[in-house]
Amino acid sequence: MVAIVEYGAGNIRSLSNAIERLGEDYVVTSDPSLISTASHIILPGVGQAASVMCSIEERNLTNLIRSLSSPVLGICIGMQVLCSFSEEGDTGLLDVFDNRVVKLRSPGLKIPHMGWNRITELSGPLFESIPEGEWFYFVHSYAPEISRDTVAFTEYGGKFSSALNKRNFYGVQFHPEKSGQAGERFLKNFFEMDKRDGYSE
Amino acid sequence: MVAKRIIPCLDVHEGKTVKGVNFINLKEVGDPVLMGRGYALQGADELVYLDISATQEGRRTFLSLVKRVAKEINIPFTVGGGITELSQVSALLDAGADKISINSAAISNPALVDSIACRYGSQFVVVAIDARVEEGIWRVMSSGGQKRSNRELFEWADEVMSRGAGEILFTSMDHDGTKSGFAYQALSTLGSRLTIPVIASGGAGKMEHFAQLFKEGKADAALAASVFHNGEIGIPALKRFLLESGVVVRL
Repeated sequence: MVAIVEYGAGNIRSLSNAIERLGEDYVVTSDPSLISTASHIILPGVGQAASVMCSIEERNLTNLIRSLSSPVLGICIGMQVLCSFSEEGDTGLLDVFDNRVVKLRSPGLKIPHMGWNRITELSGPLFESIPEGEWFYFVHSYAPEISRDTVAFTEYGGKFSSALNKRNFYGVQFHPEKSGQAGERFLKNFFEMDKRDGYSE
Repeated sequence: MVAKRIIPCLDVHEGKTVKGVNFINLKEVGDPVLMGRGYALQGADELVYLDISATQEGRRTFLSLVKRVAKEINIPFTVGGGITELSQVSALLDAGADKISINSAAISNPALVDSIACRYGSQFVVVAIDARVEEGIWRVMSSGGQKRSNRELFEWADEVMSRGAGEILFTSMDHDGTKSGFAYQALSTLGSRLTIPVIASGGAGKMEHFAQLFKEGKADAALAASVFHNGEIGIPALKRFLLESGVVVRL
């Protein structure tokens, strides 16, 4: 069973529809026992860093999320809250990845970064059968800086981390649930990971 | 670098995709979900579904269509047509739409743009602007192009951007239906002064028009209906053509 963590932010309909198309069972929940026993956990998309952190704290999920040992995937804002700090509202985050999240900026750059862009220098099992330079769908104004946990890069007025991985924690700045067939392949790869795969530390 | 987007637009009436000019001579061209899925498979980057029915019953049919689209289609889609209040926006988003577009309601009640952006984020709000040249001025029109507003295109675009619109969908009524090319100059002006993406609509007739749009017109995306529905331009062929012309597209 996949747990989509409910933290009152954003629309999770497109994510749940994508999971249904892949034939996985899922539950949308903020119940600690359901989250900690799920086979895979997803921290979903849309929202604002500070308000998402607030809702996570209100639901007493801060330590629980940090201590999860099953594969965890943060999508967009769900990835950003796993980082250390966001410029968006100068917010301290869950600090699983030690990346800072910074505003995209460059002269003449359109913000938000909206649309399809390439991911490059891919590494790790999440990108199994996904070609170098594949296109994914992005909608965001902030992004994590590059660190040793970066497992995919994207260029938009400079390079940022479009995917991060540390132990069982994964995060993507793009929206796999909206990224056509490439996105479906990506989610399938995530659901095929189990506790044995991918991480050693 | 972000790719230039190709966006087929589907006008929906009583649950069917239709085509026609200004609501006259509506002709069914197919099932909106099947057509959308076909376009997604061919490489469309996004879809727009516009509700052109004007009745309560039509609106309910559209809402259930949005749910089907969300279930079956794996690329982003925008919905619009007849949205006047926040409750409709929330119903459409709950049904699974990725973005909503508003047009006339923004003109009569500009604060609606602020309310939607504030509640759901700018990335959900597309403001559609229909305009035509009158005495040298790009005049904004409302109610499906039927009513003249007191707005001028460029100032109105600036205003909705500052109110929180995430994208502008600009249709030149002078070019719409002519198949003689987009309003390149006006689009170039919009593209230069706005810091949000601009979607161009009106005038697509051949593949060269799209190439010119992305090079001279500074647009971020192109929207078209009939050339795609008629099969005059295939999306895979269009994208290959654009790539060969030096435009960054997703293939």
